[in-house]
Amino acid sequence: MNTSRHQVRFLLGRKIIETELDDPTTTLLEYLREQAELKGTKEGCAEGDCGACTVLIGELKDGRLQHTSANACILLLGMVDEKQIITVEHAALPEPHPVQRAMVATDGSQCGFCTPGFVMSMIGLQAAHADNDHDSPPTREAIDQALAGNLCRCTGYGPIIDAARHACALPLSPDWQAMRREAQATLSAWAKEVRPLASHGKSGRFEAPRTSAALLKALQQHPDATLVAGATDVGLWITKQGRPLSTLVHVSAIDELKTIESNDAGLHIGAAVSLADAAGALGALSLDIERVLLRFGGAQVRNRGTLGGSIANGSPIGDMAPILIALDARLHLSGPEGSRTIPLEAFFIAYGQQDLRPGEFLASISIPTSDLSGFRCWKISKRFDQDISAVLGAFQLMLDGEQVQSARICFGGMAGTPQRAAACERALTGQCFDRATLALAQTALTSDFSPLSDLRASRHYRLRVASNLLERYWLDCIAGETQPDLYSSSMPGLLQHV
Amino acid sequence: MSEHIHNSDRITGSVGEARHHDSALKHVTGQARYVDDIAVPNGTLHLAVGGCDTTAGDIIAVNLDAVRNAPGVVAVLTADDIAGTNDVSPLHLGDDPILADKQVRFHGEAVFAVLAQSYRAARAAARLGHIETTQATPVVTVDEAMAVGAELSERQEMTRGDWHAALAAAPQRAEGTLRIGGQDHFYLEGQISLALPMEDGDVHIHCSTQHPTEVQIAVARVLGRAANAVTVEVRRMGGAFGGKETQAAQWAALAALGAVQTGRPVKCRLDRDDDMILTGKRHDFRADWQVGFDNDGRILGVDVNFAGRCGCSRDLSDAVNDRAMFHFDNAYFFETVHISSARLRTNTVSNTAFRGFGGPQGTLAGERVIEAVARACGRDPLSVRKLNFYSEDDNRDLTPFHMKVEDFCLHELVGELETSSHYWARREAITAHNAANPVVIRGLALTPVKYGISFTTTALNQAGALIHVYKDGSVHLNHGGTEMGQGLLIKVAQIVAEELQIDIERIQITSTHTGKVPNTSPTAASAGSDLNGMAARNAAKTIKRRLIAFAQDTYGVSEDAVTFVPGRVRIGEHTLTFDELVMQAHLARVQLSATGFYRTPKIHYDRKAGSGRPFYYFAYGAAVAEVAIDTLTGENRVLAVDILHDVGRSLNPAIDLGQIEGGFVQGMGWLTTEELWWDETGRLKTHAPSTYKIPTSRDRPEHFNVQIWAAGYNREGTIHHSKAVGEPPLVLATCVHQAISDGLASLVDYQQVPPLDAPATPEAILNAIDDLRGAA
Repeated sequence: MNTSRHQVRFLLGRKIIETELDDPTTTLLEYLREQAELKGTKEGCAEGDCGACTVLIGELKDGRLQHTSANACILLLGMVDEKQIITVEHAALPEPHPVQRAMVATDGSQCGFCTPGFVMSMIGLQAAHADNDHDSPPTREAIDQALAGNLCRCTGYGPIIDAARHACALPLSPDWQAMRREAQATLSAWAKEVRPLASHGKSGRFEAPRTSAALLKALQQHPDATLVAGATDVGLWITKQGRPLSTLVHVSAIDELKTIESNDAGLHIGAAVSLADAAGALGALSLDIERVLLRFGGAQVRNRGTLGGSIANGSPIGDMAPILIALDARLHLSGPEGSRTIPLEAFFIAYGQQDLRPGEFLASISIPTSDLSGFRCWKISKRFDQDISAVLGAFQLMLDGEQVQSARICFGGMAGTPQRAAACERALTGQCFDRATLALAQTALTSDFSPLSDLRASRHYRLRVASNLLERYWLDCIAGETQPDLYSSSMPGLLQHV
Repeated sequence: MSEHIHNSDRITGSVGEARHHDSALKHVTGQARYVDDIAVPNGTLHLAVGGCDTTAGDIIAVNLDAVRNAPGVVAVLTADDIAGTNDVSPLHLGDDPILADKQVRFHGEAVFAVLAQSYRAARAAARLGHIETTQATPVVTVDEAMAVGAELSERQEMTRGDWHAALAAAPQRAEGTLRIGGQDHFYLEGQISLALPMEDGDVHIHCSTQHPTEVQIAVARVLGRAANAVTVEVRRMGGAFGGKETQAAQWAALAALGAVQTGRPVKCRLDRDDDMILTGKRHDFRADWQVGFDNDGRILGVDVNFAGRCGCSRDLSDAVNDRAMFHFDNAYFFETVHISSARLRTNTVSNTAFRGFGGPQGTLAGERVIEAVARACGRDPLSVRKLNFYSEDDNRDLTPFHMKVEDFCLHELVGELETSSHYWARREAITAHNAANPVVIRGLALTPVKYGISFTTTALNQAGALIHVYKDGSVHLNHGGTEMGQGLLIKVAQIVAEELQIDIERIQITSTHTGKVPNTSPTAASAGSDLNGMAARNAAKTIKRRLIAFAQDTYGVSEDAVTFVPGRVRIGEHTLTFDELVMQAHLARVQLSATGFYRTPKIHYDRKAGSGRPFYYFAYGAAVAEVAIDTLTGENRVLAVDILHDVGRSLNPAIDLGQIEGGFVQGMGWLTTEELWWDETGRLKTHAPSTYKIPTSRDRPEHFNVQIWAAGYNREGTIHHSKAVGEPPLVLATCVHQAISDGLASLVDYQQVPPLDAPATPEAILNAIDDLRGAA
C-alpha cells in the first residue's frame, strides 16, 4: 500500500512546487494570479469559453511528456498534481518564444488582453506539429482548430493566423527541448513513486485515487463527494454558480478509466478518456462524428473534458449523447453492488435526472461499430466553432438500396434530454425512402418533439431544422444530391474560378 | 540610458512608419499590466454588487443581514451611504444611480455593494440580498416601447426638400421595415477600477476607461467633493470599443465610495456575466422606410423613421440616435429626404456608445433602401449605388443635414475596388452558380462607407497634451487620449518624434492621468489621433520654438538657420545633437516643459434646425463580401472579403490595417452571429461567451484582401493629412449583410428584397427564406 500525499506537487515552469490545498475548489488561475503572482494569464470569462487564461499542461502519456492547452479558469489546482504548468511568462524564458516573436512581427496583438492565451494555444500547436515531424506550416484547418477556443475582439484574427503559420513551422527551440527533458525526468520520477493525492484542507477534501477500487471506496467514505474529471462542467459550478463543494474526487488519475479498446463487439472508451484522446477512435467511425467532435468546445475544453463526464453529468447540451444513442451505445456502471450495463438511451430519465445510483460511477462506454454506412449526423449552431447546438440530429439507418430496414434517429436540443424520434423512425422503417416517404417522415418528426424557444433558437426553427436535416439525409444518402460542406476548407470564394 | 547616439539619416518611428504597437512585446510575454495586474496593498477589499430578480418595480424593502453576516464581508453599501449625488449620468441628468434605491428599472440592476476580503467572498455574499419590490409589467422590446409610447427624450427630425410631394410623384415606390439588433462590446478585459484612499478623503483610481475626466467628475459628484479630490489614471485597457466611455464610471464610483468609507483600497472587477448584464450595449433599432425613385433607380424622395432602444436611462442615447440619422444617407444624395428618430425607454440596461455610435445602424437602413430600389428596377445593387452617389458636378452634394460634401472620393475608390475584386465577373459566376445549385447558394455585395468625423457634440472636439523634455534629452509624453489597443499612444509618439526629429525610443509613453492633462474628451468618435496628435504636436512645437529662440540668441543666427534634422539640430554652421542643445538650453534656464491644445476648426451644428457642419471631414471606404448560405439550415459563411479603405495619409499603416481588419470582423459579428436575447420577463440570457457568439478565427475567410487606399489624402488640415480610422471600418461589414440578402434574393430571381433582419443568424435566414418562398 502506497502512502498518500496531502500536498499537491507540480512543476511551475521549471520549478517544483509543493503546496497545501486549503480549498479544493481553488482554480489554477486563482493560484497563478493570486499566489504565484504570475499576472500574465488573464481571466476573460471564468467559464472556459474565451481562452484568455490558456496555459499549457505537461503530463505523461504512455510515459512521454505531452503539452496540451487548458483553460486555467476552470481547472482546479488539485487537478495539476504531478503535472507541469507553463504560462506565458515561462514561455518568454530565457528569451521570447518564436511564437511570441511572430505575434509581434505580424502585429497580432492590439489591446493585448487575449494575447497570452493565443500565445499559449499556438505554442501548444507548435509542439504538437513539431512532434509529428512536420516542417511545413500547419494548415488553416489545424490553426482554426487550435485557436477555436481563443476569442480576440480587436484584430479580426488575420495577423494571429499569420503568426501561427509562421511560428508553428519552426522546429522546437533548444531551450524548449531542454525544458522538456527536465520536466520529463521529474514527472517520470513522480510517476514511479505512485503516491495518490489525498488532501484534507481547511475548506475541504481533494482526492485523486489511482484505481477503480480506490474510487469506489472513496465514494463510500464520502457519499456527498463530487466526481470531477476534466472540470469543464464542474469548474463552472464553482466559478459561475458559487456552489460550495467540500469533497472533490478526481477520476483522471485512474488509468483503468482511460483506456480505448476496439474489438468485434465495438469500440470501448473509458469514462475518463478526454474528448481529444477519444477523437481519433470516434472520428474514425464517421467523418460526421469527427466533425462534431472538433466543434465540441475549444481545444482547451476537449483536452480536459471527458466523454464520460459529458454523459454522466446529464448535460442537455452535450453533443455526443444523441450520436451515441443513435448508435445504440451502452454504459458500464460500477457501484458498491457490482457492475451493470444499460443502454445509454435509458440513462437519461428526465432533464437533470440520470440513472446513476448512490456510490455508482460511469466506468466506460461501448459503441457497436458493425455497420455505419447509413449513419449521418449534423450539428446546427449560431457559430460554427465552439458553440452549443441549437439542434443536433443523428441518423442511423440500415438501408437496402432505398429500402429502410431499420432506423435509429436521435436529436439533441429538441427536448430536455437527448431523445429518439419514434414516430419518424416508424414512418421510415420498412418503407422505400422516396420523396413521399420523406414527406411523411418529416410530418411524423414534427409530432415527435415539442422543443422550447430559448436563446439558441425558437421552437419553430428547431422543428424546421430537424425536418430539414432529414431532407438533407435524403438528398445526400438516397437521392445522391450531395451538398457541399459549407465549412470545408475547399469552399473558397468564386474568385478563384473567374 | 545615459547617452543616446543617433547615427542615421532617418529617425526611428517617424510618421508613416509601419511601427508595431508600443506594448506588443509586453502583450505577448504577459508583461503588459492591466488594472487587475497591479500589485495591491495589503488589506485591499473586493467589491461585488447585488440586486434582485425583478425587471421593473418599486423597491419596498431591502434586507441585507445575510450579506453582512457572510464570511469575509467587511462592509455593505447602499444608496444611503452616498454623501454626494447618486448619479453617474454623463450629462448629469440624474437617471444613472450607482445603487438603485427607489425602483428597479432592468433585471440585475445594482441595489447594494459588498466589500469583502476576497473576490470570491464578495461575489458569494452578493447573492444573499433580500430585496422586495412591486412587479410592474416590463417594457422590453422596441415594438413594446413603441406600443406604449415610452419615449425617453424629444424626437428629432431632419428634412430637406418637399419629400411628401417627391414620394407622391415618383414613378416607383417601395417601403419596408428593418429590425437591427444590438451588440455587446465583449472587450476581453471586463470593467474594473482600483480605488486607493489618499489623504483628506481624496482618491486615486486606476480605471479601465476611455474617459478619465468623466470618471473623475462622476466620482467627485458621488463623493460630494470637488474634481480636484479625485485623480484617475489609465495605462491601458483590454479593449473598450465604446463600452468604457460612460460605463466605467459606476464601478469607479462604487470602488471610490468603498475606499473612502473603509479607508482601505477597493477593487471592483465585474465578472463576465455581471459585466454583460450590468453595462450598456449597442442600440437596437427599428427603421420604417419608404422611398420614391425613377425607373433607373435614382432616388427622388426618401422617408425613414428610426426607433432606437435606449434602455432605462438617457446616457449618450441622444447623440447615438442622432448619429444614426447622420449616417442614413451613407454615400447617397437624396433629392428630398425626411429622417425622424424616436428614442425609446425600455426596462433593459441603458444602451451606450459602441464603435460607430449609431452610424452603422443608420447606414444599414440606408443600404436596405438602395437594395429595395435595385430589386424594383431589376438592376444590380452596385449600379444603383453608383447612380445615387454624391456628386459635386451637378450639385448633388448636400446631405440631409445641409452639409456640403466636399471631399467625396467614392467614385474613384469604388471604381478601383470594383476592378480589383472582379466584381462583375463574380456576379455572373454567382448568378450561374445559384441557378444550378438551389440548396447551398451564394451571395455577393459591394457596399461603400462615408463616415463623418468629429464629435457631433461640438464642445468635445478639443484635446490637451503635456510634454516634458528632461535635461538628458529624453522625452515624457502625456495627453488626454487613452490606449485601448487601437495604437493611439504609438501614433502620437510618432507625431512627436517627427516634430522633434528624435528617435521614438527617446519618448516615454505614459499613463493617461487627470493630474497631468485636465478636462479631456473621451477617446472616442475615432478622433483620438486627430485631436491628441495635434495637441501633442502643438506642445512639441512650443518646446521647439523655445529651443530655436535659444539657438538664435546663443549662436547669433536667424530663425530659419535653425533646423531639426534626425537626432540633431543645425544652427547655422554648427550642428549639435538634440541632447546637447537641450542641456545648453536648460543651463540657460529655458523652460523645457509645455502643454499643447487643439480644437477642431470649421465645425458647428444647429440640432434644432437639423443643419450645419457637424463633421470636419468624411472618411471613406468600400468592401466586397461573398457568402454561402445553406437554405436547409440557414447556416452561412463569409467566403471572401475585399476591402479598400481611405485613411488619408496613414500615420502608421500597420496600426491602420489592424483597425480596418478588426473593425470589419467586429461588424461582421454584429450582423451575423452576435445575438442578444432577452426572455419574456426581460432577463438577458446571452451574458457570457457560452451564449453570446463573437467571431472566431475560422470566421475570417482565407481570402481577405485589405488595402489602404494609395490615393488617400485629407484635404483638411488634419494631423499630417491623415484620417480617423477607428469606427468607419466597422461599417464596411454592411456588405456581409447585403451579400446574404443578395444570396436569398436569388431564390426569387432577384425580384424582391428578402425580409432579412440583423443579425442574420441561421434562424433569421431560414425565416427570411420561408417568407420569400411563401410570398413568391
